[in-house]
Amino acid sequence: MRELLYNPVLIKELKLRFRSVKSSLGLTFYLLAMSIFVFGMIFLATNMTGSGFFRPDESYFMFIVLTYIQLALILFITPGLTAGTISTEREKQTLTILLTTSQRSWQIIIGKLAASIAFLLLMLVSGLPIYSLVFLFGGVSPGQLAVIFLFFLLTVVAIGSLGIMYSTVTKKTIVSMIATYGSMLFLTGVTAFFFVLAIQSGFTSAVQSPSLFAHFWASINPPMMIFSFVSPEGSQFLTQITQVNFPGWIIYVGFYLLIIFVSLLIAIKKLRVNMGKMR
Amino acid sequence: MIEITGLTRKYGNFYALNDLNLSIKEGVVFGFVGANGAGKSTTFSILATLLQPTKGDALINGKSVRNEPHEVRKQIGYMPDFFGVYDQLKADEYLDFYGASYGIPAKEREKLIPELLELVNLTHKRYEYVDLLSRGMKQRLCLARALIHNPSVLILDEPASGLDPRARVEMRDILKQLKSMGKTILISSHILPELAEMCDEIGVIDGGQLVAHGSVAEIHEQLQNERPVSVHLLGDLTGFVSFIEEQPFVSNVTVDERRSLVKFSYRGSDEEQMALLKTAILKDLPIITFSQAETDLEDVFMEITKGVEMK
Ligand SMILES: Nc1ncnc2c1ncn2[C@@H]1O[C@H](COP(=O)(O)OP(=O)(O)OP(=O)(O)O)[C@@H](O)[C@H]1O
Ligand SMILES: [Mg+2]
Repeated sequence: MRELLYNPVLIKELKLRFRSVKSSLGLTFYLLAMSIFVFGMIFLATNMTGSGFFRPDESYFMFIVLTYIQLALILFITPGLTAGTISTEREKQTLTILLTTSQRSWQIIIGKLAASIAFLLLMLVSGLPIYSLVFLFGGVSPGQLAVIFLFFLLTVVAIGSLGIMYSTVTKKTIVSMIATYGSMLFLTGVTAFFFVLAIQSGFTSAVQSPSLFAHFWASINPPMMIFSFVSPEGSQFLTQITQVNFPGWIIYVGFYLLIIFVSLLIAIKKLRVNMGKMR
Repeated sequence: MIEITGLTRKYGNFYALNDLNLSIKEGVVFGFVGANGAGKSTTFSILATLLQPTKGDALINGKSVRNEPHEVRKQIGYMPDFFGVYDQLKADEYLDFYGASYGIPAKEREKLIPELLELVNLTHKRYEYVDLLSRGMKQRLCLARALIHNPSVLILDEPASGLDPRARVEMRDILKQLKSMGKTILISSHILPELAEMCDEIGVIDGGQLVAHGSVAEIHEQLQNERPVSVHLLGDLTGFVSFIEEQPFVSNVTVDERRSLVKFSYRGSDEEQMALLKTAILKDLPIITFSQAETDLEDVFMEITKGVEMK
């Protein structure tokens, strides 16, 4: 039980991460970009209407855009934070020593993952005040915000787990980076492409039948999933197109939990050599 | 206590380690010598549970590296031949991290860290960043790190490489201290004389096989089976030369007329050598001195390692 709660790798990684100038610079730029965007939008909206008012539907639109910006940011930052975790230790020759300590493989992997995610959470949370500006003008419910936050968390953990898995099985950080970014682009871009393909092949046939594939591809695509969260029409829209009446978020949660489970399992198994097995 | 049985490691068809058998008793300082590529680091990596053996097993304090690697890790302190350090971590934080990695409570670590730094003479560097320390200091810090969980077995892969002469002497003193604490220590080196000074036992490895094993004196003896003898004579040499050429175990007789010296290689035991000298004297051969030239450890090393390569 103590092992679960107290993780030396996590503590050390956090110490290093928050000590480095890179992290604080990254955070500053992130907040700066968000603020410029939000204030710029408010400024534009109030000026253009000429009334000096900022209407709820405009703030709602801003909320959607902000959510997408945050999604893009975490999608691009997560691979960078996780794809090097094990492989840089290998390259810097600190891994051998770490592996001879009596920490369990899962402790090391979970510690690394938790440290990367803690940093991303810090980013998300530090952006909340800016988010709440949108609240101030109304149009968004706290429940919606919580759902989106959980959605982000799941996505980050999944992509982070993929990054750590690649980092464990590849020798070079650069290879692991490419693989992780590749997977991320597959999940966000290629799945959308497949979705379109599946829809189109559905249209060519005479009778419009439910397109299970289209539904699946759309359901594991983070930008499309976000759309169903931020707008009430979003989920109905998907059902209309694909003719499949099954909540996409269940598929999403199931699929991403599977990614997390399988990636972490592989990472934990491959971190150390299997001493027992005869070859 | 370390028990290595039939340890083998193959890379493709190449045997980096071939059927190594070795038993090291508790509290012994064991020196592992061999040329580059002999298989020292391979052996140590297997003992440190970092490399999977192709065949065979090793027991450390009764725990198998194959079946109980987690238990083995608690027993050993390992120092690799090449290692890195984290940047942006201070010396005491470095030790603290590894202490925590072995599950040592924070209170104890706080007490341990100054003691360990003292042991390796790095007290004055306690609050310095580790990546800025000199190589020799990093090496000493790494040794302190290997000691943090108070392991009974130390596996040190070339701990003295890259150290200046003073640091080498200091390292030797530290090892002596550790030996007096009752730790079993395995050290590798490719410099035999360096090991001979601090080790109780020595194993010579070549081509992945143990070619000699024993105390320093035994190794000396074992390898000195062919020793150069030189005899200084008074006057006529021919009598002695014809005598010695007929004796068993004698080879390579050379005559130095100008200095009245006869040199030869002798392969017999000490007793046989004594008998040989006695016979020569009883035959009234004009011997002034009869001396055996010391082979030094370097020669010994060159000889054994050459021997296996030619096989
Ligand atoms: N990953 C590997 N792949 C293939 N061959 C390897 C690998 N690692 C080691 N070897 C080979 O195994 C042999 C033994 O290597 P090892 O590192 O154990 O030697 P060593 O005795 O430690 O030498 P040194 O004194 O140079 O440190 C060498 O011939 C080496 O080329
Ligand atoms: Mg070596």
